[in-house]
Amino acid sequence: MSLSLKLNGKIHEIEAEPGTPLLWVIRDELKLTGTKFGCGVASCGACTVHIDGEPTRSCQTYIEDVQDAEITTIEMIENDKIGAAVQQAWIELDVVQCGYCQSGQIMSAVGLLRENEKPTADEIDDYMYGNACRCAAYQRIRAAVQRASDILEA
Amino acid sequence: MTLDLSRRGFLKSAAAASVMLYVGVTADGAKAASGASDAMLNPFVKIDGDGNVIAIIKHVEMGQGTATGLATLIAEELGVTMDQIGFDFAPSNPQVYNNLFFGPFQGTGGSTAMANSWMQYRAAGANARDILIKAAAASWDVDAASLDIQNGQIVGSGRTAPIGQFVAAAGAFSPSDTPPLRDPSEWKIIGNAATRRKDSPGKVNGQAMFAMDLHLPNQMVVMIKRTPQRGGTVASFDASAAQDVKGFIMAQTLPTQHGVAIYAENTWAAMQARSAIEVEWDLSAAEVRSSAEIREEIMAALDTPPTYNVNKADREAVAAAVDNAHTVVEKTFYFPLLAHAPMEPLNCTIEQTAAGDIVLHDGAQSPTGPHMAYQQIFGLPAEKIHIKTMLAGGSFGRRTTPDADYQVEAGLAFVMTDRSRPVKLVWDREDDIRGGYYRPAVGHKVRVGLDAQGAIVGWDHQVAGQSIIKGTPFEPMMVRDGVDHSSVEGLADSPYVIPGMAVGLTDTQKATSVLWWRSVGHTHTAYAMEVMMDMAARATGQDPVAFRLSYLSGGGQDQQRKAAVLKLAAEKGNWGKPAVGNMQGVAVHKSFGSYVAEVVEISGNLEDGVKIEKITAAVDCGIAVNPDIIKAQIEGAVGYGIGHVMRDKITLDGGTVEQSNFPDYEPLRISDIKSIETHIVASAEAPTGIGEPGTPPSAPALANAIAGLQLVVAELPMSENGVMFA
Repeated sequence: MSLSLKLNGKIHEIEAEPGTPLLWVIRDELKLTGTKFGCGVASCGACTVHIDGEPTRSCQTYIEDVQDAEITTIEMIENDKIGAAVQQAWIELDVVQCGYCQSGQIMSAVGLLRENEKPTADEIDDYMYGNACRCAAYQRIRAAVQRASDILEA
Repeated sequence: MTLDLSRRGFLKSAAAASVMLYVGVTADGAKAASGASDAMLNPFVKIDGDGNVIAIIKHVEMGQGTATGLATLIAEELGVTMDQIGFDFAPSNPQVYNNLFFGPFQGTGGSTAMANSWMQYRAAGANARDILIKAAAASWDVDAASLDIQNGQIVGSGRTAPIGQFVAAAGAFSPSDTPPLRDPSEWKIIGNAATRRKDSPGKVNGQAMFAMDLHLPNQMVVMIKRTPQRGGTVASFDASAAQDVKGFIMAQTLPTQHGVAIYAENTWAAMQARSAIEVEWDLSAAEVRSSAEIREEIMAALDTPPTYNVNKADREAVAAAVDNAHTVVEKTFYFPLLAHAPMEPLNCTIEQTAAGDIVLHDGAQSPTGPHMAYQQIFGLPAEKIHIKTMLAGGSFGRRTTPDADYQVEAGLAFVMTDRSRPVKLVWDREDDIRGGYYRPAVGHKVRVGLDAQGAIVGWDHQVAGQSIIKGTPFEPMMVRDGVDHSSVEGLADSPYVIPGMAVGLTDTQKATSVLWWRSVGHTHTAYAMEVMMDMAARATGQDPVAFRLSYLSGGGQDQQRKAAVLKLAAEKGNWGKPAVGNMQGVAVHKSFGSYVAEVVEISGNLEDGVKIEKITAAVDCGIAVNPDIIKAQIEGAVGYGIGHVMRDKITLDGGTVEQSNFPDYEPLRISDIKSIETHIVASAEAPTGIGEPGTPPSAPALANAIAGLQLVVAELPMSENGVMFA
């Protein structure tokens, strides 16, 4: 089927079968590889993108369901005030190790700070629970979310 | 460590056209004259006319911080800031870019990247500084000894000039076998906690290129439908249902018969086609054992005399000492198979150039492995095969196997085509969890005897499990007197001075392929040993820290360093003074040349759930090149160790792996550990390992904290052996 996707502020005309996960359109067709494939079953969060501002697992989101949505990927999140603060905090604290999960972590963290400007450690743990990091950079992820919150408050 | 630079001969060339200074070595070890062409030279440092420096990194960057660490050594010695240096990965060349601890083998493992490169990369940076200064001194007609390089500027004799200005002229000077290294008192970047990772920016904005992110023009994606049981082969397959999948190209049985390669236009098509294809397996020679049988075999082996007397102990005397001891503590431990599950599923891309060369793009932990395998697969000499190392999304040991498993799969899938289109092999998470190469299943049976004063008089330690090294090409080099040291490392060679210790080993059969897994044998040896130390201390009414220290007193540096981290962790972790209602556990272990102690503090109870409140670690890994990365590695290694003992295991049912993805191989989550604090012991010793040493003490420290709840967990994972986690 032909459809148009509104992604990172642009309209993309896509040819893909119904049932195709958004993840594979983003990665294989649009060649935006910041969004990662980790598990394919919405269990690790590496594929997290924003759909109408909401962090969503793109590996379990079918393209026919997001034709009217605004999709944002890691490549454009720096244009968002919260996104830029989160990225800054991530760099300040050197959160990344292998880094493969970090696009998803950042997209989730932006979602958290949008709905909660000053999350506690427990609130961060609750919200970020679904984003796995096999390097276990969790200490710094938690600290960086709080740092981003401080940056935004300043 | 001494470094023989003379055999290699550093050299450089200034390529006039591009104005680029190379400092490196020749492929054949011969010294070359200045002006040698780029192609003859294998650089460690490149500097362009604008003074931009590139460090050539011979190790893979899989998160452990090697790219930053090695670039730091060059920047420090050369005299540039971390903003003035970038990095590229070295090509595959086991003569030039080998791991100096591994012989002619280019590879990353055993936490050796910094340790083996320490002098080599400093020397490369120092040589670059030396010849740039000589060029400036000649130009300015001043004494070279009056000049230095600071922040990318040549300074001295009242003058200042950017290094780029002398890049061309420096080509006239010969690098030295023993370049003048900076005195540690001059270091500005090494040991500086403010030194940031070079790879952070690209990893937070989506621009970093992992192997999985490569998309070559006209590439095909290949996925493999593999035998569900090890040893099974393809009898036949029916791809007719895949014909309906848009983007499906073809399917062919691999020459190894262990699976069917499915070729498609993109990843999703490959996944769908793979699901659609029906394979008839020949399982007549396939593995049919279950985990219960593996466990039974290991337990039976622990009840019979070991095949190997690892430390040549008088076994009978040790057994008698334990039997006759005032107090005897004993425990039998069992460790299940574990998958590595790096965040980036295995993958690599292979293509053929117009000249007929083969190029592999891979987050390879050991490029020499696929490099050698490809010479056989393609019948090509080494120089016609090129391996481009890309960022690896984690590995923990999985991205290097003795048989280069996934790279060989890609090579075989490619060789079955007309080679006009690149082939990108992709594993999904199910392939990864089910694909073998696990941390071996291992059992330990330990009996410790103590006298009336609570002193150890005998330590009888038997290990039975699956050898990682036997049956691989590494066996002749790494197995001594029948003993695969990786099965018992950390026991008899522990710095503890334990009288009357006997370590025995029996190999058991492999029902699946096994592999080194972050910290290798130490994953289980540290657990058994450190849980026993606690049991012995408690059984005799002694403080676990003081008890351990009594076996580290009066010894040499090895004992002193281990004791120092234990004391520091105890002090910083408020040992003996947990928060009200909390319990503490401690463990200390040496691995990969480094010493790590950890104090774990937990709250809760077995009925309502245990919560890990705080982990305090102390580490001595020699000179702390990058203190913040060292802390990150300890945080990660602790999480890796604890996450797996909490909940994870790989089990076989009739030869088939029962787990498949993160829902049933649950990773550590952010809420599992509330905080980790790391303290670094100041040291002037050469750097030792840091990627792995944080893992071994983490699990036993947790077990020892849980022991405060009257449960000694001797079989893993904990969640299936009496411990609920909150």
